[in-house]
Amino acid sequence: MPAAPAQHSPSNSRRARRRPFLQALPFLLPNLAGFLIFTLLPVLACFALSLTDYRLAPIQSLRDIPQRVPFVGFGNFAKLLGWHAEAGRLVANDTEFWRYLGNTLYLMLGIPITIVGSLLLALLLNQRLRGMVIFRTIYFLPTVSSAVAVCIVWKWIFHQQPNEVGLLNSVLMSLGASSPPHWLGDPAWAKPAFIIMALWVGVGGYNCVLYLAGLQGIPEEYYEAAALDGAGNWARFRHITWPLLSPTTFFVVTMSIIAGFQGSFLFTAAYLMTGGGPGGATTTLMLYIYNNAISWHQLGYASAIACVLFVLVFGFTLINWRYGQRLVHYG
Amino acid sequence: MSRPAATPKRGKPGAGWRLVAYLALSAIGITMLLPFVWMVSTSLKASGYAIEFPPRWVPSEPVTVEINGQTCQVAWVKGDGRVAVLRYSPEGVEVQALTNGPHAGERRVVPQSLLEPVRRTKLHWENYRDAWRAEGVRVTDAFFGLLASAYGFFVFYINSIFVSVCVTVGTVFTSSLAAFAFSRLRFPGRDSIFVGYLATLMVPAIVIMVPVYALLSQLRMTNTYAALIVPAMFSAYGTFLLRQFFMTIPKELEDAAVIDGASPFQVYRHIVLPLSKPALATLTTFAFLHCWNEFLWPLMVVDNLALKTLPIGLAHFQDSYTTEYHLLMAASVIVMVPVLIVFLIGQRYFVRGIALSGLKG
Repeated sequence: MPAAPAQHSPSNSRRARRRPFLQALPFLLPNLAGFLIFTLLPVLACFALSLTDYRLAPIQSLRDIPQRVPFVGFGNFAKLLGWHAEAGRLVANDTEFWRYLGNTLYLMLGIPITIVGSLLLALLLNQRLRGMVIFRTIYFLPTVSSAVAVCIVWKWIFHQQPNEVGLLNSVLMSLGASSPPHWLGDPAWAKPAFIIMALWVGVGGYNCVLYLAGLQGIPEEYYEAAALDGAGNWARFRHITWPLLSPTTFFVVTMSIIAGFQGSFLFTAAYLMTGGGPGGATTTLMLYIYNNAISWHQLGYASAIACVLFVLVFGFTLINWRYGQRLVHYG
Repeated sequence: MSRPAATPKRGKPGAGWRLVAYLALSAIGITMLLPFVWMVSTSLKASGYAIEFPPRWVPSEPVTVEINGQTCQVAWVKGDGRVAVLRYSPEGVEVQALTNGPHAGERRVVPQSLLEPVRRTKLHWENYRDAWRAEGVRVTDAFFGLLASAYGFFVFYINSIFVSVCVTVGTVFTSSLAAFAFSRLRFPGRDSIFVGYLATLMVPAIVIMVPVYALLSQLRMTNTYAALIVPAMFSAYGTFLLRQFFMTIPKELEDAAVIDGASPFQVYRHIVLPLSKPALATLTTFAFLHCWNEFLWPLMVVDNLALKTLPIGLAHFQDSYTTEYHLLMAASVIVMVPVLIVFLIGQRYFVRGIALSGLKG
C-alpha cells in the first residue's frame, strides 16, 4: 500500500481523510443503500404520510400529488388523540383507538409473567444435570415453530362450542370445573387466553436462553464464598444471582417492551384465531393499523397510528434507559 | 466461544434435589409438548372423530360390521362377548351376538348401561395427502404460468424455499460486508452510522411496512417475488450480530496480511469470513427461520395464491377448511416440520447467537 503522508498540502490531506471512507464504501454500500431505502426513508415517509389523507389513489405524475395525497396537517392526530364534548361529557374522537391501546397494554401484562417464568426455567436448567440440552430444546420449540401453525393448534385447544368441548376445557372439566370459560368466544376471557398462549410460546424462548447464558457467566467462587458464610439458597439468589443478572434483566425487559408494543405474535393470533374479536376484545394497535392500511386503504390514518406507536415505544424505551439503568448492577 | 472449561464445576446437587429438579423439568417439558402431540394426534383422526368428549390422544374409531346391508356398531357386553348393535329402543338396545359358540347370531335386548362400544386404533395418514392436495388451495398458473394447475402446498413450499433462500443469502452477504466495515475499517462517521443502525432496531416494523407497502402498490409491485424478497434482505440486526463477532477476531492476523499487501476485500474474504463460520451459521439460521415464519409482510403485499408462502398459504387454507380440524392439523404439521428440522440441526448456533446478541456492544 502506498503511504501518503502529505500533511503540508491541504488538498492532499482532504484526500487522505476521504480515502478511508472511499475504502469502506464498497463494503457499506449494499447494506447502507438497503438500509436507507427500506428503513430510514420509510420511517420519514411514515411521518410525512401521517400528515396526509392518502388513500392509495394512483399517482401518474408529480402534479397529481397535491390532489391525490391531500395534506391535512395534524388532522389525523386530532382525530386519533383528540376529545370532544358530547351531551355534556368528554368523548374521544376515535374511541376504538383508545380501546385497542388498552387491549395492547392489557396483553402486555403477560410480559412480566413470561420474564419471571423464563428466569425460573433458566435457574432449573442451570442445575448441572444430565439431559439439560434436551429440556432446553423442548422449551425452545414453540418459539421457532411457525406462529400460524401454533395459532391454529391453540384455537383448536381453546375450542368451545355448544356440545363441542376443546382440549383445555375437557381437562378443566375433568378437574372439576362445571362451566369452564368460553375463552376465545368470551370478551372477558379472550385476552387471558392470548396471554396463556403467549406464555407457552415465549417462556422457554429467547429470554430463557439469555438468562441461562447470564447464569453461566456468574463465577462459581461467589457462591462458594457465600456458602462458607452460611448463606442459604434464597440469600444466595437475592444477593448474588439477582444483582449479577440485572444487566440481562434490563436487556430482556427493554426488548420485551419493544416487542410487546409491536405484538407481532399477538397480531398473528388475533388475525387467525379471533379476527380481533369478540367485539374488538383482542384487536391490538398493530391490527388496527393493518386494518386501516390494508383493509380500508386509509394509508394516512394508518401512518398516524403507526407514528403514535413509534412514539410510545420510543418513550417507554427512554424511560427504561433513564430509570431502569439505575437498578442495574455492573459487577 | 464454547463453554469455558476453566469454570470449576459446582458441587453435585443432592439426590433429593436432583429428583425435584427432574420432576419439575419433565412436567414443564410435557406441558410444552402436549399441544404438538395434540396436533399430530388430531391430524391422524377420521373426519368425524376430531371432536370427542372426553378427548382421545390415540386416534381410534368405533368398529362396525355389516348385517343385512345395515352398518352396525360393534359393542362389548359384560360377560357375554362382542355384539352388533341393531336398534336402540326405549326398552333397551337390540343386539346380535357376534361370538362363535352356542349363542352365535342370537338376538336379544340388553340395557344400554351394559354396552361398551368396541374401538380400534386407526391412523388416517391419508389426511396428509388430502391436505396437500386440497382443492380449496389449488393454484392455477403457478410460477408465472409454468404450471397450469398445482397443489397449493407444493407451490407454497417452493415459494417459501425460494424466498427464504434469497433473503438469507442477501442478508448474510450485505450484513457481513457492512459488519466488516463497522468492525475492521476506520472511516469518519463510522460509529455514528452504527448507532443509527442500532436505533432502528427500536422502530416498530409496521412503521416501516406501511410506507413501503404504499410505495409498492403505487408502483404496482405488490404480488411479486421482489416485494417479498428485496425489502427483507437488509438487516440491521444481522449487521449488529456479525459486528459483535468480528470485533473478537485478533487484529494481529489482519495486520500481518495488510503488511503482505492484502486489500481490505482480501482480508474480508480470506481472514475474517473463514474465522467467522460459527457467527455466519448463526445468522444464517436466524435469518432463514425468521423469513420462513414471517407472516405480516407477505400478508400485506401478496394476495395472489400463486405467490403465497407457507404461513399465509396455511392461513388461506384455514379460511377454506375452518371446521375440518383433522385437515387443519395435518396442514399445520406439514408447515411446521421443516422448521423444526432446521432448528434441531442449527440449534447450537441459534442458542449461541442469542447469547451473543445479549452481550453489551
